[in-house]
Amino acid sequence: MYGVVQGVGFRPFVHATATGLGLAGSVRNDSAGVQTEVEGPWEAVEEFGRLLRENAPPLAQIERVTVDALPPRGERDFTIAPSGPAAAGRTQAPADTATCAECLRELADPADRRYRHPFITCTHCGPRFTIITDLPYDRPVTTMAGFPMCADCEREYTDPTDRRFHAQPIACPACGPRLEFLAPDGRRASGDEEALAGAARLLADGGVLAVKGIGGYHLACLATDEAAVATLRRRKRRGDKPFAVMAADLATARGIVELDDAETRLLTSPARPIVLARRRADPRPRPADAVAPGNPDLGLMLPYTPVHHLLFGPRPRGAGDAGLPGIAVLVMTSGNLAGEPIAADDADAARRLAHLADGWLRHDRPIHIPCDDSVVRVVDGIEVMVRRSRGYAPLPVRLPFAVAPTLAVGADLKNSCCLGSGRSAWLSGHVGDMDDLATLAAFDGAVTHLEHLTGTRPLRLAADAHPGYRSRAWATERSRARSARTDGRPAPDSPARPVRFVQHHHAHIAAAMVERGLDGTTPVIGFAFDGTGYGTDGTVWGGEVLIADYLGFRRFAHLGHVPLAGGDASVRRPYRMALTHLAAAGIAWEPDLPPVAAAPPNEREVLARQLRGGLGVVPTSSVGRLFDAVSALLGVRQTVDFDAQAAIELEARSRGATADGRPYRFELREPAAAGGPLIADPGPVVRAVVADWRGGVDGATAGARFHEALVALVVTLAQRARRDLGLETVALAGGVFLNALLLASARRALLGAGFDVVVSRSVPPDDGGLALGQLVVAAAGDRL
Amino acid sequence: MGHGGGGALSAELVEHLFLPAFGAAGATELDDCAVFAVGSARLAFSTDSYVVRPLFFPGGSIGELAVNGTVNDLAMSGARPLCLSTAFILEEGTPLTDLARIATAMGEAARAAGVRLATGDTKVVDAGHGHGVFVNTAGIGLIPDGLDIRPARVRPGDAILVSGDVGVHGVAVLSCREGLEFGTTLQSDTAPLHDLVAAMLHPGSPDARADIHALRDPTRGGLAASLNEIARAAGVGVDLVERSIPVPAAVADACGILGLDPLYVANEGKLVAFVAPGDADRVLAAMRRHPNGRGAALIGTVVAEHPGLVVARTAFGATRVVDLPLGEQLPRIC
Ligand SMILES: [Fe+3]
Ligand SMILES: [Mg+2]
Ligand SMILES: [Zn+2]
Ligand SMILES: [Zn+2]
Repeated sequence: MYGVVQGVGFRPFVHATATGLGLAGSVRNDSAGVQTEVEGPWEAVEEFGRLLRENAPPLAQIERVTVDALPPRGERDFTIAPSGPAAAGRTQAPADTATCAECLRELADPADRRYRHPFITCTHCGPRFTIITDLPYDRPVTTMAGFPMCADCEREYTDPTDRRFHAQPIACPACGPRLEFLAPDGRRASGDEEALAGAARLLADGGVLAVKGIGGYHLACLATDEAAVATLRRRKRRGDKPFAVMAADLATARGIVELDDAETRLLTSPARPIVLARRRADPRPRPADAVAPGNPDLGLMLPYTPVHHLLFGPRPRGAGDAGLPGIAVLVMTSGNLAGEPIAADDADAARRLAHLADGWLRHDRPIHIPCDDSVVRVVDGIEVMVRRSRGYAPLPVRLPFAVAPTLAVGADLKNSCCLGSGRSAWLSGHVGDMDDLATLAAFDGAVTHLEHLTGTRPLRLAADAHPGYRSRAWATERSRARSARTDGRPAPDSPARPVRFVQHHHAHIAAAMVERGLDGTTPVIGFAFDGTGYGTDGTVWGGEVLIADYLGFRRFAHLGHVPLAGGDASVRRPYRMALTHLAAAGIAWEPDLPPVAAAPPNEREVLARQLRGGLGVVPTSSVGRLFDAVSALLGVRQTVDFDAQAAIELEARSRGATADGRPYRFELREPAAAGGPLIADPGPVVRAVVADWRGGVDGATAGARFHEALVALVVTLAQRARRDLGLETVALAGGVFLNALLLASARRALLGAGFDVVVSRSVPPDDGGLALGQLVVAAAGDRL
Repeated sequence: MGHGGGGALSAELVEHLFLPAFGAAGATELDDCAVFAVGSARLAFSTDSYVVRPLFFPGGSIGELAVNGTVNDLAMSGARPLCLSTAFILEEGTPLTDLARIATAMGEAARAAGVRLATGDTKVVDAGHGHGVFVNTAGIGLIPDGLDIRPARVRPGDAILVSGDVGVHGVAVLSCREGLEFGTTLQSDTAPLHDLVAAMLHPGSPDARADIHALRDPTRGGLAASLNEIARAAGVGVDLVERSIPVPAAVADACGILGLDPLYVANEGKLVAFVAPGDADRVLAAMRRHPNGRGAALIGTVVAEHPGLVVARTAFGATRVVDLPLGEQLPRIC
């Protein structure tokens, strides 16, 4: 059996199934998967094969089963054999999984020997991806290697009928890791209960607690404490970027946000992602305003480790802080500064979080690889991944065709990388923004870890075509050598590995195509709307309609170009994009317009000159930047603290509003030359926005009119492509489609017009999922 | 046209086009300046072409740049400049008064630097085939006995010193060229630096020489380009303390508006020095006593970690990677 079959209780399950049918034989792990031999009556053997597939344990994902006939040996017993040596092929490492119901019951049972044990785990739950250093998955290749099992744990571990049979992270109070609390005054409380009580007291007093979790440190504080949240925000240099919260349980969560069935299922799933859900008008308990300023949604998750459960729960009788009530909701944000990777190594965390945290709740089980929380949102009943990390990494995405071993290095911001071989693509967790030395180091670690967990050495590399991407530079550097030396020079006589450069928006669309298993024989009408991507003509793209398969693409249409002045400066200051779009639309910069008022006069003068003279100016067709401009024109947001803030706030403003039957309209211009792209001119939209602003139309209506204009543009262009080319399938990709309002309306409109619509779901539609698209494009040329 | 920007693209041209084409006749060590022995003397030899627009800007002209630029390239090997050649490529129709102003500026700069303009050449190209005046200068300098200043000598632990405010020349020229108002307070910092180098080499008594490992004048591509070149050439890491880098408010403001990073903006009268740790204090003090080094500062150290990378530590403990400039400005934020 191949797939995710190790570390998930598969062998005890095989053992129980075989013995239940009276079969003899054996089962064992090897690096290819799980191998079992059974001997007995033919009917029983057949039944065994059926039950294996049908009753597999909850975390197992069987990808493939191969069957051989062997001569009978006359065996009588069924045994679990020692793990086999590393063989060719590979098994798959499981993802980290939330504490299961069974373990929670034991955790709360005073009679159980693991009552209130912060490291309770079994074969169905607990850390995996973040503690496994190599395969085959066995305790010595996890970070539990330093904790010898006690006799009781050993007994459970070796008993095929026990839930903890070969549960590699098995532990108990006698032999497991230990919690420790470091108080602000430097005092140390050891002993699990004392540590928990100290941490809970610190939180209750409004302090910021660094908590070591599964994939790294969180910074936590009471989400209901305005001062504590403001302190954390200031220390983290967080600007306005929303914090995620962790609610004690589902009932508490329901008091804070509205949850439909799909959201509830996600929130309580074994992956336990952060779910972006709509806030209740009158939340109880009420999170502080500073948790997610000006945002109608809240990112919320439930406890997923025993430490979380114990931290939230009431203190036990007799412990030092018996009187302390339970906690309802905590801010739980990654332990890092903006843009840095999450801190996971204890020494590194102690250094990097020293000025962020007041106290520390930590333990001595090392984290081998950092892994941030995942973020998911539900749009029109479909799950859209916003950040794919803990709980999902490194579960493979199934590819529509087999690929040679290839590593795709992803984008520079929101980086994650992707390693593919055969029909599997394994994505790393969220790595972060490649501006920071710590992120570059985390990237190296993520690549090495993926290679170890999958036994795959990539033969080629894929990277974005942007000449300034560090990920591209990394790939170029590594292409020279299979194993680079520490000084970065090629190792002697190591063969070169080719790098393929993949256009950014082509990769976005390819990632969406993988979702549906499209094999690429028919191209799709691909809409790639995002902020920035390097185009084949050296300009900045971001509003692209590409007729694409995996092998290539044709630019069918794009948003009309405007000059982007000053690179990232115009991204951070949406008022500049508004001024740019005004100038392009022929509208004077009058001070009644919010972005004109927001721009300092000398900056306006300089910008005017830049737009005329071309200093530091690159043409862009970005829809993300058009969102920025409209957001600024409607007075929603003039400068941003985090990616897409202006667009997110415009979406929030527009939700629930209607266009009143008067959506704005892009003007479609025919190609300048035959076969060239159609141009969607944003000028009429910008002029209509200004007219609405001046006419006193409220921002919500204007925002809705803008969203509808984009939807109409998508449908019109898709129809045009269908008419001209006979294509039926539309792919929606790029970060702009994280906008739930736009995605839901565009999807509905396209379905209504008879199109088949594909959207990335198992990887984020934005740059976080780019590596998957790079991989399939780079590998498509010579598919296996 | 990013290939002349002093960044990654220029480096690529040299590595992938010129060096392979030159073959055995090419240089082995890539530097702004070649060093070779004639008898017992060691000479430094360098050339540079000047295509700056506009020809005249606050604080100078193409003339001063052409003299000081080559003088400084020589000085960065520790050499005392002896003489320069000058070659002009003139566009037909260039006013002679402009040419006269440039020539006068060159004469004065040479006199101030104590070098001779020893030989020269003039060519005229058709109108539309040039941009007024292009100037090339080449220079020869004499390296004092026993002095060995080159990137390969840089070691972990070395102190990194800069001689003053960064980004001034680039912003002054840009302001003038683009008619940007905020630039009126800024003047190009063009200056010859060999005298400053001499003062740095002998910070105390004339016979005790300070151990300076490498010098660079961060012209095109700014401080970022120079530091990246050294990091790569020496196989070391560069750790900068961001807030210790002297950036005048006018430069910071202008860069903010234009979306530029001051570390990537050109300087014409500044140097960056890599100095053995034991000598750093003395050298820094000597720089501050010299008119061309009054604003000198310790901006970072050389480390063994992250070889080939330049990293700026922010006030909040983040470690921003400072790349080799691209030569053109493209956003990366998606
Ligand atoms: Fe993108
Ligand atoms: Mg030079
Ligand atoms: Zn469990
Ligand atoms: Zn135990």
